[in-house]
Amino acid sequence: MPLDIYLNVAVAGVLTGLVYGLMALGLSVIFGVVRVVNFAHGEMMTIAMYIAVTLFSAFHLDPLVMMVPIAAVLFAFGYVLQKGFINPFITRPEHSQFLLLVAVAIVIVNVLLIVYGPDAQNVQTSYAYDSFQIGPLIVDATKAYAGLAAIVVAAALFAFFQYSTVGTAIRACADNYTGALVVGLDVKHLYALTFGLGAACVGAAGTILLLIFDVTPAAGPAYTLLAFVIVITGGLGSMPGALIGGVMIGLTEAMAGLLFTPSAKSMFSFGILVLVLLFRPQGIMGKRAA
Amino acid sequence: MSALITVDNISKRFRGLVAVDRLSFEVAQGSMFAVIGPNGAGKTTVFNMIAGVFAPDNGSITFAGERIDGLPLDRVCRRGVGRTFQIVRPFPALTVEDNVIVGALLHRSHVKDAQAHTREILRRLDLYDKRGQRASALTLPDRKRLEVARALATDPRLLLLDEVMAGLRPTETDRMVAILKELNRETGLTILLIEHVMRAVMALASRILVLHHGAAIAEGEPSAVVRDPAVIHSYLGAEDIA
Amino acid sequence: MIARLTDGVSRRALVLLGLALAAALVAPLFAGDYLLTVLILIFYFAYVGQAWNIMMGFAGQLSLGHALYVGLGAYTAAALYVHFGVGPWIGLLVAVPLAALAGAFIGFLAFRFRVGGVYFAILTIAVAEFARVGFDHLSWTAGSSGLFLPVKQYAHNDLWLLRGSPAMFYYVLLTATVLAFIGCRALLKSRIGYFWLAIREDEQAARAAGIDTFRYKMAAVVISAAMTSFAGVIYAFYYNNLFPEQVFHISRSIEIILGPIVGGVGTLFGPILGAFILTGLAETLTGAMAMLGIDLPGAKQVFYGICLLLVIMALPDGVWPWLARRIGLKERGE
Repeated sequence: MPLDIYLNVAVAGVLTGLVYGLMALGLSVIFGVVRVVNFAHGEMMTIAMYIAVTLFSAFHLDPLVMMVPIAAVLFAFGYVLQKGFINPFITRPEHSQFLLLVAVAIVIVNVLLIVYGPDAQNVQTSYAYDSFQIGPLIVDATKAYAGLAAIVVAAALFAFFQYSTVGTAIRACADNYTGALVVGLDVKHLYALTFGLGAACVGAAGTILLLIFDVTPAAGPAYTLLAFVIVITGGLGSMPGALIGGVMIGLTEAMAGLLFTPSAKSMFSFGILVLVLLFRPQGIMGKRAA
Repeated sequence: MSALITVDNISKRFRGLVAVDRLSFEVAQGSMFAVIGPNGAGKTTVFNMIAGVFAPDNGSITFAGERIDGLPLDRVCRRGVGRTFQIVRPFPALTVEDNVIVGALLHRSHVKDAQAHTREILRRLDLYDKRGQRASALTLPDRKRLEVARALATDPRLLLLDEVMAGLRPTETDRMVAILKELNRETGLTILLIEHVMRAVMALASRILVLHHGAAIAEGEPSAVVRDPAVIHSYLGAEDIA
Repeated sequence: MIARLTDGVSRRALVLLGLALAAALVAPLFAGDYLLTVLILIFYFAYVGQAWNIMMGFAGQLSLGHALYVGLGAYTAAALYVHFGVGPWIGLLVAVPLAALAGAFIGFLAFRFRVGGVYFAILTIAVAEFARVGFDHLSWTAGSSGLFLPVKQYAHNDLWLLRGSPAMFYYVLLTATVLAFIGCRALLKSRIGYFWLAIREDEQAARAAGIDTFRYKMAAVVISAAMTSFAGVIYAFYYNNLFPEQVFHISRSIEIILGPIVGGVGTLFGPILGAFILTGLAETLTGAMAMLGIDLPGAKQVFYGICLLLVIMALPDGVWPWLARRIGLKERGE
């Protein structure tokens, strides 16, 4: 095979990986602060994807336009979920939290199934078949826009955590829970905000991902797994790690699909996950716990 | 008297910070030996090196004629070194009795035998009547004694006590002192304690080692050590010698 | 022997246990075909739930990938039968050690490299997923197109080859559940049980008490994996078809652990009670939907999910500890 095929596939993999990274960023932010593993993460993303499908078929709104309002809807969903359901569980053992979120995931998958049916749905944008030619590279327009949008959203989130007062307060909560309580921060509210932000991330990611992939109700659990693989590879709780992990996994899956068979591609990402767990359990960008 | 444990020239650095600096001492078989010193003097680091939490950077620790430095925690315990934690760590959901049975099973294969041994220890430590309670429901003094009971149940030849008196009221301290003395007298158990409460140290220890900045500044009989000008200057001067 | 088995059990508990066992023994005489399949499912989950509970409830190691062991057991026994005509009980001799080895592999990697907590749980998912995709491409077991066991009408039950009526499978699973229960109780009351609970409660303190935690955690994983694989063998011969996409899927792993969590993690009765509650709930919902004429795919699962939510929020320690207090029984290690 000529070299430019590899290059094209690699670039497509990286661009898709950026969107994966944005999805995983949501999971990482939630875990980093609230210390709860969101086992309904992929399912929440499919909610966003279906909202986008609905709005697209009703008003022909471009997913990139809908990204912000849908993220806002998911933010509200995440906020309520944390405040109403998860909050009493944050001090409970992991298996309890797991059951709670699995129950939430089951409800989400099946409500979507009732409303939208089991068949795959997608959006047909006007630029669905466009591509850019850069030298020997041919890049799909949808993937290019998707990757760019993911970077923009991730950058906005970084800026929020770095420069805003609320973002700083949330980071304080993550660093020192008791300390945050002592200085009078409303930890419950901040946790809910964080969960909301994580959900907003995954909302934006889902909307963007719809440019590239179809959505089915059953896709949720697979995305949840993918998000796990990415955040652990990148470093659970690390924001840059999630993006880097996303790119790595996107690239790996694309190359594995090209070199072997697409159906075996997840084997390679799980392989990477196992290696990372064994040799760098804190993840590529994670800090080793003392 | 021969030495049960010999610490020879051990050092430990954490990221360039010297926590313990070429420290040597011996604890005689059947004695009670106290390590005192201000906070940050390296007492707990010494303790952790003996207990096998981490290995010394250099030097050696010999217990009953065999090197134990660098051995993992659980193997050090199986050799005959029982320990307590500064911040008590009983198994919270288990009963007092079951907590101690866990320790007693280390050298016993039958639960029945372990239970008999456990009850004996619980009586000795005034915990027999509370044997059915969950460890998480105990008060601090009871939890401290439970720690000692669990460590004792492993049939140690050397018992390491990490500030077991901290947080106890004077009467409770006296009770603990009496229990430890009795144990030492009746079973010949060797005890190495890290302690801040001088009242207990003076009542228990036959020898005292004073640590300051990771190094020994004095060692000897309690009455001599507390009169040592260096000790008074660096440690005791600020504290109340009860 | 009997005296040792019942040692420390109150008379009240013995009577209740005896009644429950008697009811279970005569159930096939009264149950129709449908109810019998439901009961088979219940005892299947009661059995694997107990196996999972050894690892999580006793030793505190959260596995979210138990479908791996079910799948390995099922595929090994089925492939041996299909290719070489080896019966399931002989197949067990290969299937169980293989699953135990897989458990030992995961345990060794995780415990040597200090992979714990959430990371350990995700490692177990990863290995199960790895197996799923791997079996999808393994031609010896027919890959993704599925492995089928020959099905014929049988004149009589052949227990040796596990070919026969549902009632036979019912008794096999009931026996397995009872033996697992007795085994779990014996383990919990023995030296290893105490050490597991200590590790579950505080691993560092357990090590300080001289426990070789690596060894006992390994034992928990290996025993749990081996027990689980037996259920896989039964699964293969009961359903007669195996697809990697189904057998190894993460939702299978989740199904396995819902019962013990709902019933009460770490308790002896929790997994059994949880299996009755959840399978019962699912089947009741199916029945209710049919009666109300609701033919909406997913509706049942929505209710199921909501019920799960309500149970975990109302009784976070599981139903059994609550129920045991209600009926005047108490269990150690809960």
